[in-house]
Amino acid sequence: MKRYQNMLMMTAVVLLLAIPLFMIRKPAPGTDGKEVKIFQGADDQTKDVIGKLAPGYKPWFKPIMEPPSGEIGSLLFALQAALGAGFIGYYLGISVTRAKIRRELDKGAEC
Amino acid sequence: MHIMEGFLPVKHAIGWSIASAPFVAYGLYSINKKIKEKPEQRMLLGVAAAFTFVLSALKMPSVTGSCSHPTGTGLGAILFGPAAMAPIGMVVLLFQAILLAHGGLTTLGANIFSMAIVGPFAATAIYRLARTARTPFGISVFLAASVADLLTYVTTSAQLALAFPDPAGGFTASFAKFAAVFALTQIPLAITEGFLTVIIFNSLARFNPRELNELNVVTAREVEA
Repeated sequence: MKRYQNMLMMTAVVLLLAIPLFMIRKPAPGTDGKEVKIFQGADDQTKDVIGKLAPGYKPWFKPIMEPPSGEIGSLLFALQAALGAGFIGYYLGISVTRAKIRRELDKGAEC
Repeated sequence: MHIMEGFLPVKHAIGWSIASAPFVAYGLYSINKKIKEKPEQRMLLGVAAAFTFVLSALKMPSVTGSCSHPTGTGLGAILFGPAAMAPIGMVVLLFQAILLAHGGLTTLGANIFSMAIVGPFAATAIYRLARTARTPFGISVFLAASVADLLTYVTTSAQLALAFPDPAGGFTASFAKFAAVFALTQIPLAITEGFLTVIIFNSLARFNPRELNELNVVTAREVEA
């Protein structure tokens, strides 16, 4: 049952992520001929909201380091995710093996 | 939920840093104490940190046509209590602020407050409440993780609204504008985070029941089941 439950939830996650990709269509370029960008980061969109609320506001501090290109940015994000996923996989691997050994020891003790 | 570098006025930046500092300090103390008492929990703490690392690196598409990312703080908050997540969240936010120009050093305090303090405290509170009300384990975890995720973004919207109130409508009108960007985008992602947290908890409960029982996350009866 538990395994079944996890599969169902994984499917739900995939659907939740895939549906927006099909649902949102790129609008036609506006009158100024500029292409409308979709799936931008919500963090960046606040820049526009702040610009409208406080047109005179200037950021008073610049990031010390910026990834030189979008590619380098995704490299670092991928690195971050890989480090985390690697550790989780390592720990689950240990746990599965330990649980198996424990079960076998218990079995041995019974006979 | 990252407020970008330099995008909070100086006073707000300093204020949020001062507000977050004691949580981070107490969090470090509480982690040290837990590790000293039970060194074998160190690995599980690593898993909690790793989960936050993974989830906050994944920018996911949402129905609003923009992208945002989950926070992953619910897992650690349920396992180790909300305080432990403040320093862990800070490490993640520092990594992104320094290397990725995502978030920033001047906004670090505010970002810690929303992601690593409000989120985890909400997660722990909801989990405890749900368990007291005898809600099943999986549903309690789901509620805790997804509401924590959403509240993180609501907090960010409030922080920005405080710093940039609407000239006409003040805080409320400004909050509505920021929440329209952040909180709406976040709803499907919060549900995703809830599912992902239950999935990892199911695996932990299956293979590490003793550890979870020691942390008082599940009862002894559920361990046997």
